[in-house]
Amino acid sequence: MTAVQETGSAPAEERPIGYGRLKRKEDPRFVRGKGHYVDDVQLPGMLHGAVLRSPLAHARIVSIDTSAAESHPKVRAVITGAALEGLGLAWMPTLSMDTQAVLATDKVRFQGQEVAFVVADDHYAARDAVELIDVEYEPLPPVIDARHALDADAPVIRDDQEGRTDNRIFDWEAGDRTATDEVFARAEVVVVQDMLYPRVHPAPLETCGCVADMDPVDGKLTLWSTTQAPHAHRTLYAMVAGLPEHKIRVISPDIGGGFGNKVPIYPGYVCAVVGSILTKKPVKWMEDRSENLMSTGFARDYHMHGEIAATREGRILAVRVKVLADHGAFNGTAQPSKYPAGFFHVFTGSYDIEAAHCAVTGVYTDKAPGGVAYACSFRVTEAVYLIERLVDCLADELHADPAELRMKNLIRPDQFPYPSKTGWEYDSGDYPATLRKALDLAGYEALRREQAERRARGELMGIGLSFFTETVGAGPRRHMDILGLGMADGCELRVHPTGKAVVRLSVQSQGQGHETTFAQIVAEELGIPPEDIEVVHGDTDQTPFGLGTYGSRSTPVSGAAAAVVARKVRDKARIVAGAMMEVSPDDLEWEKGRWFVRGDPTAARTIQEIALAAHGALELPEGVEGHLEATTVYNPPNLTFPYGAYLCVVDVDPGTGVVKVRRFVAVDDCGTRINPMIIEGQVHGGLADGVGMALSEIISFDEDGNCLSGSFMDYLVPTALEVPAWELGHTVTPSPHHPIGAKGVGESATVGSPPAIVNAVMDAIGVRHADMPLTPGRVWLAMHGGVEAPQ
Amino acid sequence: MQVTINVNGEDRTAEVEARHLLVRFLRDDLGLTGTHWGCDTSNCGTCVVLFDGEPVKSCTMLAAMAAGHRVRTVESLETADGLDPVQQGFIEQHGLQCGFCTPGMMLTARALLDRDPDPTDQEIREAISGQLCRCTGYLNIVRAVRWAADHPAEATVAADASAGSTP
Repeated sequence: MTAVQETGSAPAEERPIGYGRLKRKEDPRFVRGKGHYVDDVQLPGMLHGAVLRSPLAHARIVSIDTSAAESHPKVRAVITGAALEGLGLAWMPTLSMDTQAVLATDKVRFQGQEVAFVVADDHYAARDAVELIDVEYEPLPPVIDARHALDADAPVIRDDQEGRTDNRIFDWEAGDRTATDEVFARAEVVVVQDMLYPRVHPAPLETCGCVADMDPVDGKLTLWSTTQAPHAHRTLYAMVAGLPEHKIRVISPDIGGGFGNKVPIYPGYVCAVVGSILTKKPVKWMEDRSENLMSTGFARDYHMHGEIAATREGRILAVRVKVLADHGAFNGTAQPSKYPAGFFHVFTGSYDIEAAHCAVTGVYTDKAPGGVAYACSFRVTEAVYLIERLVDCLADELHADPAELRMKNLIRPDQFPYPSKTGWEYDSGDYPATLRKALDLAGYEALRREQAERRARGELMGIGLSFFTETVGAGPRRHMDILGLGMADGCELRVHPTGKAVVRLSVQSQGQGHETTFAQIVAEELGIPPEDIEVVHGDTDQTPFGLGTYGSRSTPVSGAAAAVVARKVRDKARIVAGAMMEVSPDDLEWEKGRWFVRGDPTAARTIQEIALAAHGALELPEGVEGHLEATTVYNPPNLTFPYGAYLCVVDVDPGTGVVKVRRFVAVDDCGTRINPMIIEGQVHGGLADGVGMALSEIISFDEDGNCLSGSFMDYLVPTALEVPAWELGHTVTPSPHHPIGAKGVGESATVGSPPAIVNAVMDAIGVRHADMPLTPGRVWLAMHGGVEAPQ
Repeated sequence: MQVTINVNGEDRTAEVEARHLLVRFLRDDLGLTGTHWGCDTSNCGTCVVLFDGEPVKSCTMLAAMAAGHRVRTVESLETADGLDPVQQGFIEQHGLQCGFCTPGMMLTARALLDRDPDPTDQEIREAISGQLCRCTGYLNIVRAVRWAADHPAEATVAADASAGSTP
């Protein structure tokens, strides 16, 4: 193989059988344009659906006239909320045990809400017919600013809920309020800062959609769907629509990016299913970009009031925070039931402190539903932003160096497993070593000297740090479920007679490379080359039950399942090998790929030989069945806690406020590294996410609730020109409770990078705080007297 | 109306509405689903094809406008001699994750290298700056194009032989 430049890593083992820089098994199809995404599905007789959406944020529906649409020659069905009501499907449960309108019946509650669904012969005709539907609305005053959602005179958005008199969804708290207040009362230094984590959107390049095919004869529904959680979706369709679960097959084929956007069930999916039932034909529905940005799962929208207490010497004592959480018109966030604010209560971050408390209030507004998406690890993103900004505010107050202040307060290696003040048990870490590594990689002292020189010349250079602790791998069944479904994951492994294997996963890839990584996990355990292991995922008819891929849970949960199931196969192989060599299995020792007789390494059977024998005529010990396969369900004993130290260098144009990210150094510790190439790719992508959120991305609204970010002309995703050449490093601290010590990494960089960038910009312009996105105009305002939170 | 477009070296004719977009013609009429569609506003670039050798966004071009022109899609990058170095570069350098932007990125890279066989990293970034990737953070795409520049066609090996091995 030809050598490559610039990989930044040590020479790799050639074709590793197990962990290592293995090139991806899925790439040959993708580089040929042979990926198979939902919109590539073509079925005979397939019809096309389109959604009519509300132009208003809050309005009563007076009437809907579908007659013109119905008389369009290419239209096969027009579905309204009233029609769905007859089927009991006008409303559906959300992943937060709220309800969401599939098609509006009484009111519309956000701009872009689904009002009607047209099924037609082709895509263009469906769109044409949508325009022919005449809806009369009676406009109502909308609630757009979450800070006014609980005003006494605020219109009640969810008057569909009996007895409701306000827009409050929940009040939730964590930590010890009294103890925290006591620490604050005696603290020498208290810094208070309001900050908004604005509403942003995952915006995967493939929008959401599906092809629903209800077989009118055997009653089986096949649904190709852009879902990150095919099994959970199947169960929910069974519960919602009353379809028998064994007659539902959800297929999640190649997915063009997810980032949390493809976790919920969207009204369009339900409408396509109904459309297929009504027309007895397959129905495809693919939303367009505006529909994706305006109606599907957004992320963040957390108004945070943070306080940090410390000694004058910079010892952090306590953190206190109040959050107003904007959940939109329906509480559609996806998170474990017990945690309405997700894992936000990991906001004490990476620091050893005495007390902490948070209180979160969730409210309805006339905006799109959602709240947990964009690679956020169930609100760890908001938590990390809060604490890492607060630490920088404290450094500013104390005139302390932000790196030294962090180093002084980090949890020490000897404190693990570390019980946090809000109830977590961090599994493992050597935080100071990771921070030191990032500072060394960046050349921190030299950067500070350069900054001083540039400042003397009037140039605005900033250096920003963040140290994050992630909370991933949800989760232990005793604590975590989604709509009653425990967050454990199944795995099945079968070794064929010739020693090739198939491993079936409950999780599903949206680009993370599961077909490669999971083959490597099994290869590491069994010594079967990864190219000999087929990874099957994303099809409920072919895979065991599990909750899917989000919250960086694939490797921590399903990856553990793959290792456990492979070890079961290895144990079985030991018995077979013993029978083959007529020795006791107890006398055998394992080395990758074979069992050998202790003390006689030449007396051995390879896993391939054992597989053939297991399927052959070999006499097996009493009670031992033939073949070589196993199943498992992995219930994680705890979450995993990947972490990292990030450093960002920016230059700010003093005349225009334009921020240029000059350097970004990221040192991640995700425990055992299965495929470093894939890990680095995951980190790169998350860092670009961070640049987007920190500098340009926001879903904003005017006061009438018009979404101002409904296309990529206005929702500004970074291009190759806005991001630097990332500089990565890593440390390895395996998780002690995970079968292979892996912690997950998919969201680390998205979680960890925004505060580093914002800290760098604040450092450059000498301002304590300005809210994201730090667009040139907002930076300029911050430099010249202050800038308001964006809306 | 009837249009004839030379797609990947072959004249392809179809009856289309005047408003029919080129991306729909390629995907729906010809079944060339390697060309993707992601935004409708010429921003994301997942629909990029080569139009008389130059990258264009096929979501903002009518099929009728392409009549009589040469269009190249991702499906034409591989030849009897093997993968295009750009395709190989994307595999070697982990230049793709979900694969959705990949066909458009590769075609832009091909056009760039045809014009300039030895671009700088900054020139590569500028060339792909009209296209979005949500997965890779772009660095490995830049490296992939760089790899292709360093390994012109004759040096390329078949992807299947190297996929699943170390870079």
